[in-house]
Amino acid sequence: MYEGEFTQEITKSVLSMAERNMDSIGEESNIKRKVFNVMVECLQNIVKHYEENEAPSDRNHSAIFLIGKHQNEYIITSGNPINLDKVDMLKNKLDQINGLDKEGLKTLYKEIIKNNDLSEKGGAGLGFVDMARKSGQKLAYDFEKLNDTTAFFSLQTTISREPSEL
Amino acid sequence: MEILNLEGAEDTPKIILDKNNGIFEISGRSLPEDSAEFYRPILEWLGKYGASPNPKTSFVFKLEYFNTASSKLILDILSKLEDIPGMSVMWYYNEDDEDMQEAGEEFSELVEIPFEFKTY
Repeated sequence: MYEGEFTQEITKSVLSMAERNMDSIGEESNIKRKVFNVMVECLQNIVKHYEENEAPSDRNHSAIFLIGKHQNEYIITSGNPINLDKVDMLKNKLDQINGLDKEGLKTLYKEIIKNNDLSEKGGAGLGFVDMARKSGQKLAYDFEKLNDTTAFFSLQTTISREPSEL
Repeated sequence: MEILNLEGAEDTPKIILDKNNGIFEISGRSLPEDSAEFYRPILEWLGKYGASPNPKTSFVFKLEYFNTASSKLILDILSKLEDIPGMSVMWYYNEDDEDMQEAGEEFSELVEIPFEFKTY
């Protein structure tokens, strides 16, 4: 688990730590790649949000990142404070993604990358789509209201270690 | 034309664009902090190359990993390549990496360039 400041440098450290751990237990390369993939999207989401939305003096609501391994799966969770007015937009996006099957996700992915008018920031949920595709499972999320302007957004992705599900 | 040569790093791919020797290759991992910024010189180089390209160009992608932000820039690169006559793409993927194979197939469906798929 990691809590605190999020930067690209910290993202790289967390990634290489996770890679070393997976290497040391001889994790299958396919699973390793999926875990790496989901971790990058989670961590970079937090970094982007952190750098764009909070003034350095105002970065007191820490974001968190967790990765856990169970016998049959990896669970990757990230959490960060967001503006309350973004909750509906994020919720709609995630519900849309969770409502799609493999083909639907593929189509949505292609639509988003084709669209050049994307804001530099959110990538119109491309990261979420990719996380859903790579994990092959629904994204679990939660929003908890912190105060009148802020909610804590948490997102959990599960990656199965059972080869039969791939 | 000047050679564009970038050493790869933990989070950025190795890139060689060499008109005289006919080497055009992007390989490794791509998860830069700012992908638009990272790929800008590559897109600029390709813009110049497009003005007087070799009769045939084989552009090699040999990526181990790229993040979603990079995928948009890869499509931008492919869109530039699409306008260059005599262009083809060689898309390499690790033989057990179905996701990278599928990513290449998806890109090939988005642009009008012949793709060849190879494992490494």
